[in-house]
Amino acid sequence: MVVFERPRSLSPLPFHYCPGCTHGTVHRLVAEAIDALEIERRTVGIAPVGCAVLAYDYFECDMVEAPHGRAPAVATGVKRTRPDCIVFTYQGDGDLAAIGTAEIVHAGARGENITIIFINNAVYGMTGGQMAPTTLPGQITTTSPYGRNVKTQGYPIRICELLSTLDGVAYAERVAVSNPKNVLRAKAAIEKAFRYQTEGRGLSIVEVLSSCPTNWGMTPVEALRWVEEAMIPCYPLDVFKDTGAKGGMNK
Amino acid sequence: MSQKVLMKGNEALAEAALRCGCLYFFGYPITPQSEVSEYMAKRLPQAGGLCLQAESEVAAINMVLGAAAAGVRAMTSSSSPGISLMSEGISYLVGSDLPCLICNIQRGGPGLGGIQPTQQDYLQATKAPGHGDMHLYVVAPASVQEMAGLVARAFDVADTYRTPALLLADGALGQMMEPVDFDAALSVRRDLPEKSWATTGHGGKRKKNIVNSLYLSPEALERSVLSRQERYREIERTEVLCEETDTADAEIILVAYGISARICRSALEAARAMGIRAGLLRPITLWPYPRAALLRAAGHAKHFLVVELNIGQMVDDVRVATQCHRPVSFFGRCGGMLPTPEDVLAEIVKIHESIREEGA
Repeated sequence: MVVFERPRSLSPLPFHYCPGCTHGTVHRLVAEAIDALEIERRTVGIAPVGCAVLAYDYFECDMVEAPHGRAPAVATGVKRTRPDCIVFTYQGDGDLAAIGTAEIVHAGARGENITIIFINNAVYGMTGGQMAPTTLPGQITTTSPYGRNVKTQGYPIRICELLSTLDGVAYAERVAVSNPKNVLRAKAAIEKAFRYQTEGRGLSIVEVLSSCPTNWGMTPVEALRWVEEAMIPCYPLDVFKDTGAKGGMNK
Repeated sequence: MSQKVLMKGNEALAEAALRCGCLYFFGYPITPQSEVSEYMAKRLPQAGGLCLQAESEVAAINMVLGAAAAGVRAMTSSSSPGISLMSEGISYLVGSDLPCLICNIQRGGPGLGGIQPTQQDYLQATKAPGHGDMHLYVVAPASVQEMAGLVARAFDVADTYRTPALLLADGALGQMMEPVDFDAALSVRRDLPEKSWATTGHGGKRKKNIVNSLYLSPEALERSVLSRQERYREIERTEVLCEETDTADAEIILVAYGISARICRSALEAARAMGIRAGLLRPITLWPYPRAALLRAAGHAKHFLVVELNIGQMVDDVRVATQCHRPVSFFGRCGGMLPTPEDVLAEIVKIHESIREEGA
């Protein structure tokens, strides 16, 4: 009896991600959601610029590679011209929360019926661990070598809280892939974010707190502990908006 | 029976795009092209299409990228500062081999500049519309009728060669009203290739499609760039357009495109009336450039005069095309100022006199 196999929507290519990176886990959860809803034939994914730039090789659906930060605009172009397609973006925190802030906010304001998977690991990964808008106060990165000083380098951006104020956003939840229980919650959230699109509800976003052992200078296990002990206090795991919940829950 | 209607250039280009099957427009308001989005906002929903006002030109061009990737005809229009903002997306469209139409109804610059007509974006349009080894198919209409006709041609060339096309006009052409006959403008249509590469969901019927401009292997990137260059060579062989007026016996040949060519045409008539053998060579495609026609003209002409609404951006192209066989002068105004036909005529007369003196 097969108890564990590769989801149909995940390609057999080996991931290029660093040891201990949680992109692989989230890719799998996205593929499982696409499989569960049986939408892979009509799904179009939009890959970001960042560590997940090669995501177009990993999902077994049609894929478009967007310029840095512009995935929600590209997704808009696909979804509005092919409304029967299920369109998702997969973006990191530099891509979505820095250079692409305008695109995600306005996609939310327009209520684009798309799904956003947002990876928050508090650094720019691909370029070598620079400070991101999501970097924690005091966190040391290659461009905040003395620790992020909020007086001169600003404060972390909480994307889910911010987007939940927009009427066009149907669903915003923050999850973490730091332990099995949290991974199961992340799985449910990602599936819901795709299901809401099939129901035409508007923009759904799942923010996934993820680890980056390489750029954090930690072992994979230390990195997962850091997600729980340092990141979650700053980025609480919660459902910030859910128009499908009883009474249309909005925190 | 064909019928002429009186329209602004901006409206004619929008109507022509719609009639060419472009049902998707993404834009951001900017003077002097606003009529394009306003026209589309009114007409496209009636036609079952979509006009979406983006949060920026950056977003608009990326929506075009998404729509083009999904295999539909899509377009945007803007004016100079907005086109600068789009240059990132334009480069990605080229790198991803996506067809679309971009319209630049030029205004003054640099910076915020002004809102009056110029031709200041010639170099940007023809030499460096974005980063990378790339070109756009660039057409420059000189009348409202031609605005419509070149929209059709630009879409067809874009789809045939999988390249973005750029319609480079200016505030004067965009705003002026002239009669336009759409049946005549859109009469030539081509057989276009299937968009089997489009990302529409594989439907379980084919392998997945990837629309992408990233090549981490330098060998693969070079192959991709060189294969695009082969398509550019083919476009240079088959898609060049120019119009020659009275060049056969001309001593002085004016070279001008778009609205400048209209001014030159009036100056030309006056010069001929004075017995000066002048002609006009009007590039209609700015890339590829009508080099062969210019080189031919350099066989008999004595002097070239480039007239533009800028500080002389096309002069070097004329020098290169004519292989510096003949002197090339420049006359133009910038900042939104328009030369009069009399101003151009005075330049023609000056050149005519210098030729006579040399001959004497």
